[in-house]
Amino acid sequence: MKNIRHILGKELKSYFIAPIAYIVIAIFLLVTGWFFFSTFFLYNQASLRNFFSLLPIIFSFIIPAVTMRLFSEELHVGSYEVLMTLPLTFWEVIVGKFLAAVMFVMIMLLPTLSYAVTIAVLGRLDLGPIVGGYIGAIFLGALFSAIGLLASALTRNQIIAFIIGMSICFALTLIDKMLFFLPESLLGVLEYIGADFHFQNIAKGILDSRDILYFASASFMALYAGNLVMQGKK
Amino acid sequence: MIKVENLSKHYGEIRAVDGIGFEINQGEILGLLGPNGAGKTTFMRILTCYLNPTAGTIRVKDLNIKDHALEIRRMMGYLPENAPLYPDMLVYDYLRYVADIRGLDREAKRQRIDQLAATCSIKEVMHQAIGELSKGYKQRVGLAQAMMGDPEILVLDEPTSGLDPNQIIEIRTIIKKIGKEKTIILSTHILSEAEATCDRVVIINKGRIVADSPIEELKQSLGKESLIALAFRNADLAAVRAALGPIAGVAAVEPGESNDGILAVNVTCRTGEDIRPQIYAAIKKQDWQLLEFHQQFRSLENIFRELTKEN
Repeated sequence: MKNIRHILGKELKSYFIAPIAYIVIAIFLLVTGWFFFSTFFLYNQASLRNFFSLLPIIFSFIIPAVTMRLFSEELHVGSYEVLMTLPLTFWEVIVGKFLAAVMFVMIMLLPTLSYAVTIAVLGRLDLGPIVGGYIGAIFLGALFSAIGLLASALTRNQIIAFIIGMSICFALTLIDKMLFFLPESLLGVLEYIGADFHFQNIAKGILDSRDILYFASASFMALYAGNLVMQGKK
Repeated sequence: MIKVENLSKHYGEIRAVDGIGFEINQGEILGLLGPNGAGKTTFMRILTCYLNPTAGTIRVKDLNIKDHALEIRRMMGYLPENAPLYPDMLVYDYLRYVADIRGLDREAKRQRIDQLAATCSIKEVMHQAIGELSKGYKQRVGLAQAMMGDPEILVLDEPTSGLDPNQIIEIRTIIKKIGKEKTIILSTHILSEAEATCDRVVIINKGRIVADSPIEELKQSLGKESLIALAFRNADLAAVRAALGPIAGVAAVEPGESNDGILAVNVTCRTGEDIRPQIYAAIKKQDWQLLEFHQQFRSLENIFRELTKEN
């Protein structure tokens, strides 16, 4: 557990040493802010629904950019060899890096709380969907971080890691919107696989155990696959 | 302390390590010699539990690398080739991070970092980013990292590769100093380095051991075989062979690099005896102009070349 904390601390600090963290956060806030406030006054509703409906798509691009360096950079520089000869287990390394990415996503979401404060000033705010939305955003961020981490473990090239991660996240976001192409028998399964479907459920303010189970199990599966990829490098 | 048992590592058809076996004693500085691609790095990666072997195993204090990787890593410090460290991190932050993972408490961590900064002479760069350091400093930071947990065994992969002569001497001095207390396994393809720092050398070629000997023994065995280089004017090879060949202790009389009417001849001596007087006496009887006469002992370089050359 201590080692996970040390890796988490090191990775989180690494994000903020390099300019990439500030660039990613700035782009995220710019994009979400623009899309949210450009239509906010047209709808005349005191809610963050628009913001949360856009979040999965934006996360599909942003989070793989956050996670792409986690293993790829280590493999490229060679520091992975030093890391894996320290008294650490694969799981400690993976979980430490994963939690660092999730923490980064939470830090990235923090400034967006100002949107909620702005809305609360302008009108009567329904807290349920907002709290649900942020909890869902953390679950979604965790899943995409786990996928990004897996993509990063697959290659030493950060750009390729980003493209792989983004493609999977994008597919999981859009899969339940493509259902009209597919046979009826597959609808239930594919809808369940879609991350956006579960996120939107939570963002309504309803914490259903099925949605939580989906995010927990899918994140675990991605991390487990990452573990297998690392084991395969031995 | 370390027992390598029939160890192999294959990458598809390539046999990077091919059934090697030897033992490393406690407190020994072992040099792994071999040309590039001989399998030195692969062996070290297996020893440090970074790679799994295809067959065979290594036991460190009776602990098998397959089942006790964490325990073995705890007693081992490893510096890979070219010291691949995090370029964005400050030296101090990096050493603190390694100390945390090595389980040092606050006070022990502070003391150990100070101690290693002094041992490895990195005090003046402690607050610089690793990426900004010269290769020599980076190597020293890597060495400090490897020694952080006060490991019983240090594994150093080409610790002086790419350094300038002054840096090489500094790193060698550090290794010698540490080697008084620790077991050190270092790989190199620089023979003078092995000669200067190691107690024993294992020469690997194409994944197999071709020599395993204490450095002193190797030097003695080399010293026994010598070569006398001669150069004459007014002489021909057949006559020189006829005159010098029958002398007791002469193994061969071979032509050297002759030019401008000068005949160069190399006389290989079979025994450890000094046969220069007999050779000189034989030459004196002839009507040759002797231009050069000097004895050369076979160097480590010679034996390394012989053991590792193709075919």
